[in-house]
Amino acid sequence: MIRVVLPANLQTLAGAGREVELEVAGQATQLSILDALEASYPALRGTIRDSDTKLRRPLLRFFACEEDWSDASPTAPVPDDVASGKQPFLIIGAIAGG
Amino acid sequence: MSRVRVLVGTRKGAFILNSDASRKQWEVDGPHFAGWEMYHLKGSPANPDRLYAAQSSGWFGQVMQRSSDGGKTWEAAGNEFKYDGTPGTHVWYDGSPHPYEFKRVWHLEPSLTDPDTVYAGVEDAALFKSTDAGQTWSELPGIRTHPTASGWAPGAGGLCLHTILIDPKNPERMFIAISSAGAFRTEDGGKSWRPINHGLRSNTMPDEDAEVGHCVHRIALHPSRPDTLFMQKHWDVMRTDDSGDNWREISGELPSDFGFVIDVNTNEPETIYVVPIKSDSHHFVPDGKLRVYRSRTGGSENDWEALSKGLPQKDCYVNVLRDAMAVDALDPCGVYFGTSGGQVYASPNAGDSWAPIVRDLPAVLSVEVQTLS
Repeated sequence: MIRVVLPANLQTLAGAGREVELEVAGQATQLSILDALEASYPALRGTIRDSDTKLRRPLLRFFACEEDWSDASPTAPVPDDVASGKQPFLIIGAIAGG
Repeated sequence: MSRVRVLVGTRKGAFILNSDASRKQWEVDGPHFAGWEMYHLKGSPANPDRLYAAQSSGWFGQVMQRSSDGGKTWEAAGNEFKYDGTPGTHVWYDGSPHPYEFKRVWHLEPSLTDPDTVYAGVEDAALFKSTDAGQTWSELPGIRTHPTASGWAPGAGGLCLHTILIDPKNPERMFIAISSAGAFRTEDGGKSWRPINHGLRSNTMPDEDAEVGHCVHRIALHPSRPDTLFMQKHWDVMRTDDSGDNWREISGELPSDFGFVIDVNTNEPETIYVVPIKSDSHHFVPDGKLRVYRSRTGGSENDWEALSKGLPQKDCYVNVLRDAMAVDALDPCGVYFGTSGGQVYASPNAGDSWAPIVRDLPAVLSVEVQTLS
């Protein structure tokens, strides 16, 4: 079971809470996690990554185990603590200061 | 008994305002989609319970929403807007070629007869159509691939296709407007288009009366006279009586011929409304006074009258954006508009007097109204 934390606007869009739990088949990677997330919550398609290119939207960031995974390879295995559900995979909207 | 439902899109969510035919007591429902930019919401004339909404965010992109119960509940529809074939380029602000890129939906225009068919005008300028209630979208590429399209440049708000009018007497004929390319007409359901900008003059262009390149802000028509169109251009209020083949200026003595909205009284095809705005740099109402101007001769006799009863006439500095005025189908005609200050005003008497429905919403992007029986 993978735990994913969503930003507030995507929680309302998905009709979900702050954290969702997903079954991810095979190795847990950014790609497989987002595939599972979009399969469970179709309303999120296109909001986290481009539907065609699968590239992350520029103002979203991914974090895992206190590390920035935003620019990591989408097919790289996520940390064991995320894959085991001990730690969540975080999707965060960039925060504007001011 | 008739009632009205006003659909309001704002910078931070959507609101639905309901009243009976008196249009004096209002129920405010919302925010829907709180935190999201709601560029436009519109109901199907064929089934008023079917609503469409364009929801977007700089962070999360475009989302489309659909309701089948008049806005009580919503479901996400399809949000894939792919240009047909190679997108090509338009002119960027610095004059260089720039690839057409989908950014957002500006305007939704449901079919007059089929609740599952809806058109979407998008930035960068293109027209999309859905025939399955917004689940999938296909581009009608004729406009984006028009021979002039590679020379179009964006207005300050982007290269947006923001107005779609369907001829009630002939649904194959539609009118669209693009900032800042101009107005176009199709006679074949969107397959092919011709510019309809003859008579427009834009003195910021090297060729003031070029075929394209005009910053048209909004077009309106009365359903009974689809050959007569009214236009609020970046500068100038214009009119055509031959479906856009020839335009003439009707700005008259308006305090400013700049503005965004224009609309036509449902019961009087020659009664039109504009909200003059001070420009270029200010983009708020002149003299600190919020005034709607009405002409009962379609602008032909320079009979513009200021409608100010109930509107702030001191220290008011709001704007009214292009999709933020609507009229209902009651008699007398109700007129509605929303401001950048978050007010939505209603006039139940064709503009003679106004009252705020709400005063403190987020900045209003769009206002539509449905007349329900």
